[in-house]
Amino acid sequence: MPDATILAAALVNGATQGAIYALIALGLTLIYGVLHIINFAHGAALMAALYAVLLLFTGLGVDPYVALPIVTAGMFALGYALQRMVIGPASHGRDENILLVTLGVAILLENLALVAFKSDTRTIDTPYAFATVDVGGVLIAVPKLAALGGALAMTAALFWLIERTDLGRAIRAVAKERQGARLCGIDVEHVFALCYGIGLACVGAAACFLLPSYYVNPTVGGGFVLIAFTVVVLGGMGSFVGALVGGFVVGLAESLGGLAGITLGWGENMGQLGIFLVFIAVLLFRPQGLFGARG
Amino acid sequence: MGSRAPATGLGRDLAVVAAIATAILLLPLGTQSGAALHAVILTLLATVLGQGWNILGGFGGQFSFGNALFFGVGAYAAAVLQMRLGINAWIALPLAAAAGAAVGALVGALAFRYGLKGSYFALVTLAFAEVFRILANMLPFTGGGVGLMLPLDTRAAAMQFASRVGYLYLIGAFAVAGFLLHVWLRHSRFGAWLVAIRDNEAAAAALGVDAFRVKLAAIVLCGALTATSGLFYVQYLHYIDPNIAFGPAFSVEALLGPIVGGMGTVFGPLVGAIVLHALSESTRNLVADVPGVSLALYGAVLIVMVRYMPGGIMGLLRRR
Repeated sequence: MPDATILAAALVNGATQGAIYALIALGLTLIYGVLHIINFAHGAALMAALYAVLLLFTGLGVDPYVALPIVTAGMFALGYALQRMVIGPASHGRDENILLVTLGVAILLENLALVAFKSDTRTIDTPYAFATVDVGGVLIAVPKLAALGGALAMTAALFWLIERTDLGRAIRAVAKERQGARLCGIDVEHVFALCYGIGLACVGAAACFLLPSYYVNPTVGGGFVLIAFTVVVLGGMGSFVGALVGGFVVGLAESLGGLAGITLGWGENMGQLGIFLVFIAVLLFRPQGLFGARG
Repeated sequence: MGSRAPATGLGRDLAVVAAIATAILLLPLGTQSGAALHAVILTLLATVLGQGWNILGGFGGQFSFGNALFFGVGAYAAAVLQMRLGINAWIALPLAAAAGAAVGALVGALAFRYGLKGSYFALVTLAFAEVFRILANMLPFTGGGVGLMLPLDTRAAAMQFASRVGYLYLIGAFAVAGFLLHVWLRHSRFGAWLVAIRDNEAAAAALGVDAFRVKLAAIVLCGALTATSGLFYVQYLHYIDPNIAFGPAFSVEALLGPIVGGMGTVFGPLVGAIVLHALSESTRNLVADVPGVSLALYGAVLIVMVRYMPGGIMGLLRRR
């Protein structure tokens, strides 16, 4: 049995990691909620955003947190253009096509990154990378604390956007009844593209919070994409609160599972394995998730 | 070619299969070049891989994004049975196919029992492939992340051949068997059920098709055929590790071939495999061997195909 400090550290670590998962999953759940598609390019988009943060830092000396508005805006533009020019036209109104096209985008992005940056894993050196705050005897890394704050702020902002603005009302209308929304004068294709853009903007924000305490390589997105799906499915497709809670659940499951695995001598892989088993179980037994309504 | 082909051309389909079989048989008379035979063998291997996906995805409309699951099960079954248990490769072949079928039955029973469709089904196959990848890394008898290297034993009795012609005939025979399976699907009642489920599951069920059992049978066939391609991979290239076996590369290759060639068609997997291999070979010649280029191209091809040619190359031919 590990002592209390190790356990507390694992809990804190899981919660802060969960915040990152939640940030990534927020974008995914928005895209799903409105477009009713699963965005397989989500992990690749995260990878692209991480490289953007990396290049801004190494090339121009822009701090990741300062880069937040730049990367977020850039990812929004990328998402808008992708949906408007590639995914939308290729869908021919069939969900299977969207599935395949987003997979194609993911393969393309990942391998272009491999061509451009080789398979090297890169990190950035920030002055605060190893700074910690002491909270009741548990040391928390400052970048992870920032990610926690970012995830909460982002959820609140998305909530406000969807519930309180005209754009949010248009998005909800399109999500509920496409043809009806179109008849009311809503430009459905524009709203789709906006949603995809906002979804990728969330990924951009997540990348800014992630890189100071993480790394980037061309396949880094693959590890996150199934986790993000797990979070979204667990929380309920299309639910922001669900994504936030799901993120924390998965983060904690991973860190506690890893701790249990090490303690029992099965290795750290137990954490990851746990995530996928939870994922499969939720898909099978409660596909509407904890906070979602089916359909 | 001018007139429209009849909707069910059983004789024509069988004639094309016979022509393909003859071409494979006679190929060594035309070329003894190792590089050329190697390219043909890899194309046929990709054809078998694509055929497995095509049964479930093309005919049945259930898109698996994790067919590497079956490929890897077949590959590891082959390597573990031979290396750990000393079982002969020819006996390992039906066992590997059975293992693929069993994993297919497991995934299918779970996924279809709970009504997973579309993206949910794609996700669950992907997740199973990941679970198996992690397990292959953890379990003692798989050799972990180091992988397994099949010892060289070039005797036909060990399903290893000194000449590439042996592999050509072996894998070619299975590709031909795969085609015959496809011809059967195209012209049988079972195949018609499967297509009916793809096109409208509710309507098919209303007409008395047992959708669960038909889809289950399809994923079992898919698992068995895909697992044999995994076994051939190990016999031919002598090495397997968790990332090759269960990683995304073979999942992508499995679905890309049939989609490029024409989903749900008998010869789509072959046409797609030929086009994709020609494409990646020619880019390799153009831009040397930069890692990532050929897969990036695959991604672009996938997008372009779905955008402009959703029926694949066979669909293009049929419209004329």
